[in-house]
Amino acid sequence: MHPAPSVIIFSSLSGAGFGLLVFLGLGLPTVTGWVAFVFYAIAYLLSVGGLLAAAAHLKNPKNGYKSFREWRSSWLSREAWAAVAALLVMAVYAGAQVFAGVTLAPLGWLGAALSLVTVFTTSMIYTQLRTVPRWNQWGTPVLFLLAALAGGALLSGNPNAAGLLLLAAGAAQLWHWWKGDRRFAEAGTTMRTATRLKGQVSLWEKPHTGENYLTREMVYQVGRRHALKLRVIAILAMAAIPAALTVIPMHHGTAALAILLHLGGVLTSRWLFFAEAEHVVGLYYGAHGNLLANSAERSLA
Amino acid sequence: MTTLPASTERSLGLVIDLDTCVGCHACVTACKGWNTQNYGAPLSDQDAYGDASGTFLNRIHSFQVTPDAQPISDVVPPRLAQTVHFPKSCLHCEDAPCVTVCPTGASYKRVEDGIVLVNEDACMGCGLCAWACPYGAREVDEAAGVMKKCTLCVDRIYNENIPETERQPACVRTCPAGARHFGDLSDPDSDVSRLVAARGGVDLMPEQGTVPVNKYLPPRPKDTIAAPEMTDEGEDVLAPFLAPVAETPQGFLGWLDRTLEKI
Ligand code: SF4
Ligand code: SF4
Ligand code: SF4
Repeated sequence: MHPAPSVIIFSSLSGAGFGLLVFLGLGLPTVTGWVAFVFYAIAYLLSVGGLLAAAAHLKNPKNGYKSFREWRSSWLSREAWAAVAALLVMAVYAGAQVFAGVTLAPLGWLGAALSLVTVFTTSMIYTQLRTVPRWNQWGTPVLFLLAALAGGALLSGNPNAAGLLLLAAGAAQLWHWWKGDRRFAEAGTTMRTATRLKGQVSLWEKPHTGENYLTREMVYQVGRRHALKLRVIAILAMAAIPAALTVIPMHHGTAALAILLHLGGVLTSRWLFFAEAEHVVGLYYGAHGNLLANSAERSLA
Repeated sequence: MTTLPASTERSLGLVIDLDTCVGCHACVTACKGWNTQNYGAPLSDQDAYGDASGTFLNRIHSFQVTPDAQPISDVVPPRLAQTVHFPKSCLHCEDAPCVTVCPTGASYKRVEDGIVLVNEDACMGCGLCAWACPYGAREVDEAAGVMKKCTLCVDRIYNENIPETERQPACVRTCPAGARHFGDLSDPDSDVSRLVAARGGVDLMPEQGTVPVNKYLPPRPKDTIAAPEMTDEGEDVLAPFLAPVAETPQGFLGWLDRTLEKI
């Protein structure tokens, strides 16, 4: 899939922002006044900034407000509701802490829960797509949730929780890659099922000589050559190094370093999440032969 | 409503005959022409005289099929490799994932005839429905920023201002090979349903669970069809002209030939 910067930035940054809101909502730490203001400013910049970046992905943003309509069937619509609900509840909770010095704990718990739900709905937009087998697995919501919580723990200054969550997010990431590499063959969609032709099917001629919306959006293959190197960079920056940094006594310098590395690692991981994802429509354009090389398709021949 | 209707009154769709499609792209051109001048935003092109790219609702792929290795005795004469031209537009799926993912309600399936449409006034161009379609049947128009897809030519098939014979999808009407057929696939007695039954019509990517309405008729194995026999009686109008000419010369030429032979 085409790794659109807007969507990568959105899912990485807003994930960390909502993760921070989870910890603040749970009272970890309970902050008031100016300290609270700074914390909430960071959380809202990340989460709302991420949401605005996502709006840049729309080809017709003037109808964006209509995206609240279909919560009964659409995860994108549910995400819109969850995000607005989480941001509003947390705004009341934050306002009380910043301006009145009062902590309305139950409201914070509700806000924390809604923030988690938001991250979950984001992940389900991808998980639900049977057409992209790499995403269509339970590892996807687990990875998104753990990455958001790990980022939130780091940003909220909870080194012990951060250490554990970073390791868990790293493990989820490794699982997602391992499983993801097998998902296309598991899903069982091949040139044969795509065309229902009997025999070894290969593309003889494309429908046109140039590119089209589909090949740009869904048959993206650039940069997969470097995938292994990027995976190593992503796992080190996102999980391993920040987790090691949480063990040494934290001060602002190491904390900032851990946060920046983690966010950079998550951005790299999300870039790979899109760039490595194979859409089944690629089969009509002669792509993915390599993925099916070891699958049942060959053994049939 | 982007939830899918529990059932539809009819299931209008296409039956595409892979045996007769010659890959001429006439349906692509007819579709682009009709849908650029009528329903919804026109199908724009970008950089038409350079690195051209544009929106289409129907495209023809071509595949090469090499039969699986089988014992020679099973297939006599042995099957040869084939080229198959493969037209592809929206299949108007019964369980259309493109409809349920749409957050704005722009994508919907009609109860009265099962056609899947996009309300362009509500579409925000998020592209999620195109991600959800396994067949590549949806394309965002780069100029209008809205999702485009095959409408089954709703504005032709119900159009009382055009002659009745024209009330067919543009691609069906134009196909010179008669490879595209249009009708109600929920009615077992319709022409299209009988065609599907007779020719063993299939669904594309059945494992994706989309339950397409459009059906594909598989190509017949080319080299098992018996060629017409050439006889003097002439099943074929050209046969008399092709009948072998007597090779033994007669008369003077025959005498000359025989004499020369003896020398
Ligand atoms: S072919 Fe694609 S666009 Fe058409 S109804 Fe099915 S899923 Fe939707
Ligand atoms: S691109 Fe338009 S029709 Fe498709 S899912 Fe988004 S809003 Fe709905
Ligand atoms: S039915 Fe109409 S819109 Fe659909 S492919 Fe044919 S010509 Fe195009």
